[in-house]
Amino acid sequence: MSSSGPTVIKSELIQKIAVSNPHLYHRDVERIVNVVFDEIVDALARGDRVELRGFGAFTVKHRAARQGRNPRTGAPVPVAEKFVPFFKTGKELRDRLNGDEVSA
Amino acid sequence: MSAKTLTRADLAEAVVRKVGLPRNESQELVELVLNEISSSLSRGEAVKLSSFGSFGIRSKGERIGRNPKTGKEVPITPRRVLVFRPSNIMKDRINAGLSQSEKG
Repeated sequence: MSSSGPTVIKSELIQKIAVSNPHLYHRDVERIVNVVFDEIVDALARGDRVELRGFGAFTVKHRAARQGRNPRTGAPVPVAEKFVPFFKTGKELRDRLNGDEVSA
Repeated sequence: MSAKTLTRADLAEAVVRKVGLPRNESQELVELVLNEISSSLSRGEAVKLSSFGSFGIRSKGERIGRNPKTGKEVPITPRRVLVFRPSNIMKDRINAGLSQSEKG
């Protein structure tokens, strides 16, 4: 499910930001990154949406309860309603992903 | 309930409140966090943020699309798209927040 190739993890992201902001305590950079992402999750959990122009928007989609089926036995199983977080890439970022680096 | 939309300004405000940095600097740091993620992604690197989710890149090959209005076939050029996969923690927090508050 993960895309092949290099991966940046949170601690590396924090490290990069710490390097470009030597006046900040490493601990504070860590808190900043955590606050940003916690705030997004809190907003979604309240039913709000988060729109970061140029980057993208986080929304929550509602999936109603439905009657599912166990694919092995064919027995009907009730599936409860659920809320699914969803991200739509912003235009600027989408363009950036398809910039000079990809050539057909 | 009252579905609000959070923006960068709200994230910066959270940094002011919870980390205690000046507003200007908080705004710059929020921007920097988003920018670092965008740069990594445009270099083709996936970004994994534990307890939040992961952003990955998929490369799509050329395919034939159709103009829905005219029905005319048009080639869709190869491109890179961003996919976001929410973590289980994020999904759980959102479902915990929404399934009790909304329709109960």
